[in-house]
Amino acid sequence: MKFNTVIIGGGLASLVAGITLEKAGKSTAIISTGQNALHFFSGSFESMEEAPQRVTDLFAEAGIQLHYNPGVRLMPMGTFRKSTLSLEDISIFPEPAIGHKALIVSFAGYHDFFCQFLAEGLQKHGVQCSIKLLNLPELEALEQSPSEMRSVQIARTMDRIWENVVREIRILLRDEDTVILPQVFGLKDTSVLSRIRQGVPAQVVFTGTLPPSVPGIRTQMLLKRRYELLGGIYLMGDEATGAHVHEGKIHSIVTHNLGNHFLEAENFILATGAYFSKGLRSNPFEICEPVFGLDVEQAAERSDWYNPEFMREQPYMKYGVATDATLHALKGGEPLRNLYAIGSILGETRPELGTGGGLAIRSALAVADQILKPTEE
Amino acid sequence: MKLQEYTSSKHNFEECMKCTVCTAYCPVLQVNPLYPGPKQAGPDGERLRLKDPFFFNYALKYCLNCKRCEVACPSGVKVADLIMAARIKYDTSKPKWRDRLLASTDFMGHLARPVAPIANAVTSLGITKTMMDAMFKIDRRRTFPKYSPRSFEAWIGRHEKEQAAFSEQVAYFHGCYVNYNYPRLGKDLVKVLNALGVGVQALDKEKCCGIAFITNGLKAEAMKHATHNVQVLGKAVDKGLMVLTTSSSCTLTMRDEYPSLLGVDNSHMRDFVMMATRYIYEKLEKGATLRFKPDYHKKVAYHTPCHMEKLGWGIFSEKLLRMIPGVEFTMLDSACCGIAGTYGFKRENYEASQAIGAPLFEQIKAVNPDVVACDCETCKWQIEMSTGYSVMNPISILAEAILCEKDK
Repeated sequence: MKFNTVIIGGGLASLVAGITLEKAGKSTAIISTGQNALHFFSGSFESMEEAPQRVTDLFAEAGIQLHYNPGVRLMPMGTFRKSTLSLEDISIFPEPAIGHKALIVSFAGYHDFFCQFLAEGLQKHGVQCSIKLLNLPELEALEQSPSEMRSVQIARTMDRIWENVVREIRILLRDEDTVILPQVFGLKDTSVLSRIRQGVPAQVVFTGTLPPSVPGIRTQMLLKRRYELLGGIYLMGDEATGAHVHEGKIHSIVTHNLGNHFLEAENFILATGAYFSKGLRSNPFEICEPVFGLDVEQAAERSDWYNPEFMREQPYMKYGVATDATLHALKGGEPLRNLYAIGSILGETRPELGTGGGLAIRSALAVADQILKPTEE
Repeated sequence: MKLQEYTSSKHNFEECMKCTVCTAYCPVLQVNPLYPGPKQAGPDGERLRLKDPFFFNYALKYCLNCKRCEVACPSGVKVADLIMAARIKYDTSKPKWRDRLLASTDFMGHLARPVAPIANAVTSLGITKTMMDAMFKIDRRRTFPKYSPRSFEAWIGRHEKEQAAFSEQVAYFHGCYVNYNYPRLGKDLVKVLNALGVGVQALDKEKCCGIAFITNGLKAEAMKHATHNVQVLGKAVDKGLMVLTTSSSCTLTMRDEYPSLLGVDNSHMRDFVMMATRYIYEKLEKGATLRFKPDYHKKVAYHTPCHMEKLGWGIFSEKLLRMIPGVEFTMLDSACCGIAGTYGFKRENYEASQAIGAPLFEQIKAVNPDVVACDCETCKWQIEMSTGYSVMNPISILAEAILCEKDK
């Protein structure tokens, strides 16, 4: 099968590149080995210090409202972190302070949201906290299987019964100026978020849970739907296993599911992420990139890959696929002319592009623009 | 050293990172709180079961085997295989008569075909449904698939000479559904392939792929069918033939479940077993052409069956349908319809089955297509019964849209 561009990897960077290319009329396919880092998304795009109109438009067209507001957001441990471009789930504060008294509300039997840590953290910022666990009859069915009482399962129920939660909070609320809730709302319908904020007579702050991330899964679903609506082909659960390279150009790639049916394209984008998604792999001798065997920037000595002090910055986290100025991936020191690397597989080899969500979006747009640029060849 | 036995398995449970992504995509977990979920039932449970079979949980029977956990897993863990393999290995309960009855699609077809009009009339009677519900716990609210009075095997047998005249040849694994319930699909495939200059041969006595035996814990029967089919398909492959199929579940079973769940080696034939949609697409890509009716028009919504999603071949059905001039194509969100073969027929699963399918049914009603396209027969029954929209295999839509010699 032939495409203009085949994108390997199915997360944020891939979808942003895929949507941009499809909108410009290019045929594309995305190959995604399982789900991606959006399932661990905080709701705030890391290192996005600015909010280009094309980014907010791209998300808005997919049904995702982003708001730009440099400040800090509340973290699950009661600390604050710098934040700018975010989903509507995230409340941004000008400084690390959220009020004087907070009511932290969670659900009985739900273990993926740590109210006590949150309260202790906030107390250090001078916020007095009280914790209430709701016992909702609608969640009893979930409690039968406590190991699976997860954010997404609760969110599915909350899509139906969020009004009951608002009612309970109104009963519990005394003189608190802030209500803190886990991010388990608006999986299908984000208007629930603003309706809860309107229904509760205090400021409502939604705070991260352990994975899977509800705002992240929603973002993934909406971006994927937008991509497919534009005509993009999303091959879920397939894996690129090899490539045919000829004179410095990728001709086609081989996938696990399609076997001897190769995917041909003019351009290829590698967006397979870092170690967790196996975009980068390590063995005792080297850190490598498994699909094309690209050059990976790394220290020669294994002992230099890591800092024995576990909590310190770890050098291996900065390693990534080597690229030229235009993000063409290098193999044996030479750029492959139609292969680009984007997203976290770059590690911190391109500090000017940022990290995390910012890196994914910036590198994806930069590469899509290059592909769309009329060539001189 | 027992360490190795305790810490690794054929289906790589040790690669699970405990990220819980699979639990977000399990359709059963969303409707049935008795099911422990794919992570618990699969990799978490496996670690315990390897130490002591006592930890086998009978609630694993609620798993649909839809494989959506596997498709979602970022670490490549064979979650569904872990669950199915555990059921095969540890479930010591004797399969019920009801389950035998439902699983024996081949045998039931043999019995019902000669008396098809009577069988069809009887199974659609309220009283029969009530009796089957009372006796076997087969839910009375189900609509039963109709049997055809003439089998596809007999039809293709009658056309043997005519098909042999084509210079290019393929073999066709029709499966139970085409043979006993809906020979029309087989005839549609023959029509399309003939238009491409390809003749169709029957296999030398295929058996049911056995997927229903696997999911109903009838391991001996499943093994018997798998061994037989591997041999029969192997023979066709040895003659240099591709073996085409029109059911995504039969295909997945014969290509992937035989080796991974039953330990039946199919390596010599695996790569030659292929959905007909893929074969036709590849043929067209290499330059073959089909001529389409100029006035054909149909609004088609495509549903990706779970096993098609796992195979990763929905793309070929999509591409073929989009190729037909006059087809207005909509891709439905990939979601389980809830039937999962024999699962939805069982009384204890009826409500869960319908609840799982509900979002899909709603989306179909919202799209309001002329027809739903889908490569799986049990999805077809479920969608037709639950939405009232008719469902066609992409091959049948293709057959309807092309011009052949006769039409000229």
